[in-house]
Amino acid sequence: MSVRQSLLAILDQGPCYGYQLRAEFDRRTGSTWPLNVGQIYNTLDRLERDGLVEKGDVDEHGHVYWEITDAGADEVRSWLASPVQRGHGTRDELAIKLAVAATLPGVDVADIVQTQRRASLAQLQELNRAKYAGANPDGPEELAWSLVVDSMIFAAEAEVRWLDHSEQRLALHPDHAMALELSTDKPKRGRPVKEPAAVGRTKRDDTPTAPGARR
Amino acid sequence: MTALPPVADSVDAQGPVLRLIGVTQQYGTGATAVSALSGVDFEVRPGELVAVMGPSGSGKSTLLTIAGGLAIPTTGEVVIEGAYLSEQSPRELARLRRRSLGFVFQDFNLIPTLTALENVTLPLELDGFRPRVARRAGRDALASVGLEAKADAYPDDLSGGQQQRVAIARAVVGGRRLILADEPTGALDSVTGEMVLKVLRARVDAGAAGILVTHEARHAAFADRIVFLRDGRIIDESRRQGAETLLSGVR
Repeated sequence: MSVRQSLLAILDQGPCYGYQLRAEFDRRTGSTWPLNVGQIYNTLDRLERDGLVEKGDVDEHGHVYWEITDAGADEVRSWLASPVQRGHGTRDELAIKLAVAATLPGVDVADIVQTQRRASLAQLQELNRAKYAGANPDGPEELAWSLVVDSMIFAAEAEVRWLDHSEQRLALHPDHAMALELSTDKPKRGRPVKEPAAVGRTKRDDTPTAPGARR
Repeated sequence: MTALPPVADSVDAQGPVLRLIGVTQQYGTGATAVSALSGVDFEVRPGELVAVMGPSGSGKSTLLTIAGGLAIPTTGEVVIEGAYLSEQSPRELARLRRRSLGFVFQDFNLIPTLTALENVTLPLELDGFRPRVARRAGRDALASVGLEAKADAYPDDLSGGQQQRVAIARAVVGGRRLILADEPTGALDSVTGEMVLKVLRARVDAGAAGILVTHEARHAAFADRIVFLRDGRIIDESRRQGAETLLSGVR
């Protein structure tokens, strides 16, 4: 998980005490994911258990400085070098909604697309405004903030582009959709007989989950 | 800002800079007639940037062409700063176009043999302003897009983003209040495009009115209002909402 790896990567820069680690994480992520001190200590305990950090010096205020181990430093390098595996997000929910809606007689999918597009664009406008709301756009914390906001902006934009694309595909379809009445052919219990047409179509569920990907 | 006289004496500073009233544009006649726009009502006020989105062929470009007085609608009215275009003589129309509005295109459309400043002052000089007055207004306009220092550069010596900022300066020079932008970031990379939109947004915030035709949602998000066109009709419109959503809980 990115919090665990991020804290480890910060410790790779030098020993920190818990509260300090929290502040460092905050300013490097534009305060977009505030962590409470409890989360920090829980994470540190787990990192210690896994041999990735160890307790070091204690200063005159009683702050315990946590230090990264060699194994921890290796973990940081491997985290930075590997791609992040994406889980299934809310877009799938939307894709399923649209796919089902397209088969419902009497439902105008174009309206559903437009409702969603409106919402996504409103979200984009808010993000845009939030992005430029900062006082000092060139400061390091503003940079961290805008990188994170940009990722949300591009995700929202991707959704709108997909909606535009879907709308046009549906508009090109003869009936604007493929309205399906309820089938009179009631499915039987048990494994359905495989039809030749079904061969070669991969079900989504068959997609292997990459090792290490977590949700 | 400039020594130029106001564009029109009767201009209502807060009223809409542009209004389209029941605008329909048809190509061809009889059974083969195609409507590029059908009954479009639309207005833009000072300080307002309106994005127009829609699939190819939805009428976006036609809308911009009509808003800019470059085409006369089949029916309906276009009103720019209070002046009904249908009541203008060709000469008056040309004058109104020169004085009230500026276009910003995807491919910049700067004249390569003129410097940045000369490109910006060209519409004023065509309008008969003395070169000294025009130059002062041109420098002001270039300064407003952050390009004072590039006044004497030729378009070829400028980056794409800088050329587009010159085009925006040309669009607003001399206090023109209507900016009509057609995919202004289409030829630019995403970071440069964003800078250009910030400049456009700043000019609108300073009192201009803008229409931004774009197919990129990210750029439409710079607008106060987004108008959706489909088959020549406005099918939906969204306004910017309060700031209290989404990120308020995050930051």
